[in-house]
Amino acid sequence: MSALVLRDLALAFRSGGGFGLALAFFLIVTVLVPFGIGPESGRLALVAPGILWMGALLSCLLSLDRLFALDREDGTLELLATAPVPLEGVAAAKALAHWLTTGLPLTLAAPALGILLNLPAAGYWPIFVSLLIGTPALSLIGTFGAALTVGLKRGGLLLSLLVLPLYIPTLIFGAEVARRGAEGLAAGAALLLLGAITAGCLALAPLAAAAALRINMR
Amino acid sequence: MSLWSFANPAKFMKVTAPLVPALSGLSLLLLVIGLVWGFFFTPDDYRQGSTVKIFYLHVPAAMMAINAWGAMLLGSLIWLIRRHHVSALVAKAAAPVGVTMTLIALLTGAIWGQPMWGTWWAWDPRLTSFLILFLFYLGYMALWTAIDDPDTAADLTSILCLVGSVFAVLSRYAVNFWNQGLHQGASLSLDKEKNVADIFFYPVLVTMAGFVLLFLALVLVRTRTEIRLRRLHALQLRERMA
Amino acid sequence: MPDLGKYAFEVTAAYAGSFALLGAIVFASWSRSRKARRDLAAAEGRRRNG
Repeated sequence: MSALVLRDLALAFRSGGGFGLALAFFLIVTVLVPFGIGPESGRLALVAPGILWMGALLSCLLSLDRLFALDREDGTLELLATAPVPLEGVAAAKALAHWLTTGLPLTLAAPALGILLNLPAAGYWPIFVSLLIGTPALSLIGTFGAALTVGLKRGGLLLSLLVLPLYIPTLIFGAEVARRGAEGLAAGAALLLLGAITAGCLALAPLAAAAALRINMR
Repeated sequence: MSLWSFANPAKFMKVTAPLVPALSGLSLLLLVIGLVWGFFFTPDDYRQGSTVKIFYLHVPAAMMAINAWGAMLLGSLIWLIRRHHVSALVAKAAAPVGVTMTLIALLTGAIWGQPMWGTWWAWDPRLTSFLILFLFYLGYMALWTAIDDPDTAADLTSILCLVGSVFAVLSRYAVNFWNQGLHQGASLSLDKEKNVADIFFYPVLVTMAGFVLLFLALVLVRTRTEIRLRRLHALQLRERMA
Repeated sequence: MPDLGKYAFEVTAAYAGSFALLGAIVFASWSRSRKARRDLAAAEGRRRNG
């Protein structure tokens, strides 16, 4: 399994696109926001936590359709299915690799992008922590969505339609932590619930993703 | 004879053939009685005026919007566990009916909200949950249409329905956490002392029964259509082979 | 027609919209069912008559 993660990481770095693309997208979304709602710093500070969460979520979505598609095309997926590692493990490894190449960089970049949106100083730590805890859930749910649509030729748009509603609870709790943190309120309850969602996804999403993969490879 | 014998498509077609007109007729009767009763023979509410009449449609539609998802979940589970094609087709047939019910609930709610709350739409937990339910229906139906192979489509949509159910419930509570709402609490429940007045309650009960029967009739018709289309597909394949 | 008071438009619109939506799903289900039945009957006929 660790070999699988390393292989996916190597592929993401080497092909050049996959790794930097999500980050660049996140940056562009953040830059576009002031053009959309105006440059007043008070207004920007107000929406900054929510925008950062939305941006991270959409950036996560961006690379999902390639999660299994390339492996499916060149037959790697069939080999993985017959490998001694259970398909659940493969799905978990894929999700981990996806998180390491998108979720983690996004988390690290978010406080820096917060400067652009005039995020109050009290908000840096909450946005970092909430993304750190929340983005694994995004990758795991996304893995399930990617497994569902792997057999489809043009699954990209459908994938968004399927995955985005599933992201709602994560977004609600994640953005709540970031917002409450930025306003100096207690965010403990939301943070615990966010952690619960990630833990639940960690337990269940690989199972669901593996089931979907098995059906798609019949 | 067990319940599972209806899983045989031929048997299902035979048994449900007389049920469709019976259910549709009874549903129409109940809807007419309930709506006429509610529309013409109940007084206006002292605060809401005549808008209280909207509830004879709003409450049953909202109830069926959730129950239709429940029917899909049940059909998906039976398909995944027992591999009866009819149950997968029932789940497929229930989705468009459920989405219509969701739309009716949202529409009548918006029209009622405009004079009562002073806004068409508020990000109230109940309203938001219904909008989210609507999105789940859309995704489910989109996945059905996207996949060519019928068994693969049934399998994948069933899994999506299962996972979606978990996340729909999760969203319901997350949304509650996120925003306290304008919407009143449940207006019809058996264990509460403070329900709506009887005079509004009985017509709603009748229209609710009418909506349940209408849902059943529509799902049966749609399931029968799906079974026929499967058979047609098989015959066409055979013709092409010959 | 009962007196709907100042909310006449809202009540009528809600009923009209709901009936339109119900009518749409009933009509869609019915017309699809009719088409499927006709096509299937034709295909079965072709099969029986060679």
